[in-house]
Amino acid sequence: MILMPRKAEAMRAGTPKDAGAGSPEIEIRDLHKSFGDNQVLRGIDLEVDAGEVVCVIGPSGSGKSTLLRCVNLLEEPTSGKVFVGGTEVTDLDVDIDAVRRRIGMVFQQFNLFPHLTATENLTLPQRRVLGRGKAEAAETAARNLERVGLAAKADAYPAQLSGGQQQRVAIARALAMGPEVMLFDEPTSALDPELVGDVLAVMRRLAQEGMTMMVVTHEMSFAREVADRVVFMDGGVIVEQGPPAQVVGDPQHERTRHFLNRILDPAAAEPEEPTGE
Amino acid sequence: MTSRLTKRQRRRLSQGIQYTVFLAALGVIGGLADWDTLQNQFFQTDLVKKLFPDIITIALRNTVVYTLSGFVFGLVLGLVIALMRLSSVAPYRWVAGIYIEIFRGLPALLIFIFVGVAVPLAFPGTEIPGGIYGKVALGLGLVAAAYMAETIRAGIQAVPKGQMEAARSLGFSHGRAMVSVIIPQAFRIVIPPLTNELVLLFKDSSLVLFLGVTLEERELTKYGRDLASQSANSTPILIAGLCYLLVTVPLSFVVRHLEARARRAR
Ligand SMILES: Nc1ncnc2c1ncn2[C@@H]1O[C@H](COP(=O)(O)OP(=O)(O)O)[C@@H](O)[C@H]1O
Ligand SMILES: [Mg+2]
Repeated sequence: MILMPRKAEAMRAGTPKDAGAGSPEIEIRDLHKSFGDNQVLRGIDLEVDAGEVVCVIGPSGSGKSTLLRCVNLLEEPTSGKVFVGGTEVTDLDVDIDAVRRRIGMVFQQFNLFPHLTATENLTLPQRRVLGRGKAEAAETAARNLERVGLAAKADAYPAQLSGGQQQRVAIARALAMGPEVMLFDEPTSALDPELVGDVLAVMRRLAQEGMTMMVVTHEMSFAREVADRVVFMDGGVIVEQGPPAQVVGDPQHERTRHFLNRILDPAAAEPEEPTGE
Repeated sequence: MTSRLTKRQRRRLSQGIQYTVFLAALGVIGGLADWDTLQNQFFQTDLVKKLFPDIITIALRNTVVYTLSGFVFGLVLGLVIALMRLSSVAPYRWVAGIYIEIFRGLPALLIFIFVGVAVPLAFPGTEIPGGIYGKVALGLGLVAAAYMAETIRAGIQAVPKGQMEAARSLGFSHGRAMVSVIIPQAFRIVIPPLTNELVLLFKDSSLVLFLGVTLEERELTKYGRDLASQSANSTPILIAGLCYLLVTVPLSFVVRHLEARARRAR
C-alpha cells in the first residue's frame, strides 16, 4: 500500500515537481471553451491545492465534464491557462503525454480495455507508457487491485465484472500510474444504486490518503462528507463555491438552491443524461 | 375456415409433394446418366491413384502458400490504407480513398495480367522480388488490400471513442494507443470478415494459371487442368475441386461460427 500521510501532511508533501510550497496543484485561469457557437465554459477561475478534494456539482450541460477534460487536455481550451503541479498544460510546447501521466482520470463509462484482464488493464499502460519492467508492473498492479478490494478479480475480464467492480478496476488502473491528481467524471452515474457505495468507499479512502481530487458528482452525501470544497457550476461559470456545509447546506444563490432542491428531492429529480461522452 | 384440412395437415401434404418431386427428379437424372462413362470421365481410379501425393504435396501446398502470401501482403497494405483513410491529414485520406475505389472496381484477373505481363514489359530488367510468390502476393494482395482496408476501417470505427480517451488520459500517444488498445480490439471485430476474405483469396489463387509457372510452382487449378489435358480425362479437375472444398467448407463453417459468437457477444 502506498499509504500517503493524512491530509494535512500530504499537502505539505506536495509533488516532486511542485517545489514552491503553497502553489496550488491545479490552477485554472480564465478558461474558455467553445464548441462552434456553443460557449460551454465562459471564464472559469479555480485552484485546487495539493491534497484537497473539490467536488464539482451542477445541472447537466453546465460544462462540468468539459472543465475536467480541459485539465488533462482531452479538450483543448479556446482560451485561458491551466497549470498542473506547476506545469502549464496549455503551453503549446508542453509534452502533453508526459503531463497526462501525472493526472489520473476516471470516466462515467469506466472505459476499461475489454480485451484485457483486470491485471492487464493495469500493466499495459505502466509498461507501454512508463516503460516499467514486467515484474514491477505486475507488482504495482497487484498492489493497486488490492487497494480497491479486487485482488480476487485480477484475472477477470471487464465483461465478467459488475459495473462497480469495473469502475474500481478503472480507478486502480489510474492509480497504478502514480498520479499526482485524480479527476473523476461522474464515476457512479452509470452504476446500479446498490453498487455505488463500494466505489465511493474507494474514493473516500483515497481522499483520506491525501490524493488531490477533482470530482464531478451528483452524490451530495459524498460531497458533504468528503469534499473540502464544493463548486457549483451553471451555464459555463462557477456560480458559487465554498465548504460543503455552506454550498450544500446553506446555498447563497437561487440557482444553487433550485439545483439542490431538484437533486435532493428524488421525486423532482430528473435522470441525468450522459452528455458529450 | 373453408378447407377441411387443418393447417398442419396442409403443410404435411405440401412437404410430401415436394419430397416426391425431388426424389423423382433425382431418379430421372440418375437413370439418364451413363454411369460408366461418368465414372470413367470423372473418377478414374487409376488416375486418382496417380494424382497422389503430388496434388497434395505440390498443388494444394502451393495454393495455400500463394493464398497466405497474398493475404499477408493484403493485410499489411490494407491496414496502412485503413489508417490513411482515418488520418487527419487530408491527402492521405484522398490517396486511400482513390486506391480503394480503383482496386475494388477492377477484376482480379486484370491485375494478375498486369502484374505478370505489363510490369515486366514496362520495366525491363526489373524483377518483382520473391519470384512467383512476389507476383502472386501482389496480384492477390493489391485487390484484397482494398477490401480489407474498408473492413479494418469499419472495425476501428466500431471501437468506442472512450477507449482512445482512456488510453490518452493514461499518457499513451495517439500512435501507441492505436497499436496497443484500438487495433487489437478492431481486429477482434474484423476476424470473421477477414476469414471470409481468406476464403475468397484461396479461390482467387487459381488465377496463378495466367502467370506462367514452372511445374513445381503449379497450384490446384493449373495442376488439375494440365493433368486433365495430358490424360484427356476430367478426373484431375474433380479431385482438384475436392481439394478446394476440403479447405473452403471448414473455413466457411468457422466464419459462420465466429459471426454467431460475435452476434451473441454484442
Ligand atoms: N465534443 C463536443 N462537441 C460539441 N459539443 C460538446 C462536446 N462536448 C460537450 N459539448 C457540449 O458542451 C456542453 C456542456 O457539456 P458537458 O461539459 O458534458 O456538461 P456536463 O458534464 O456538465 O453535463 C453541452 O451543451 C454539450 O452538448
Ligand atoms: Mg458530464
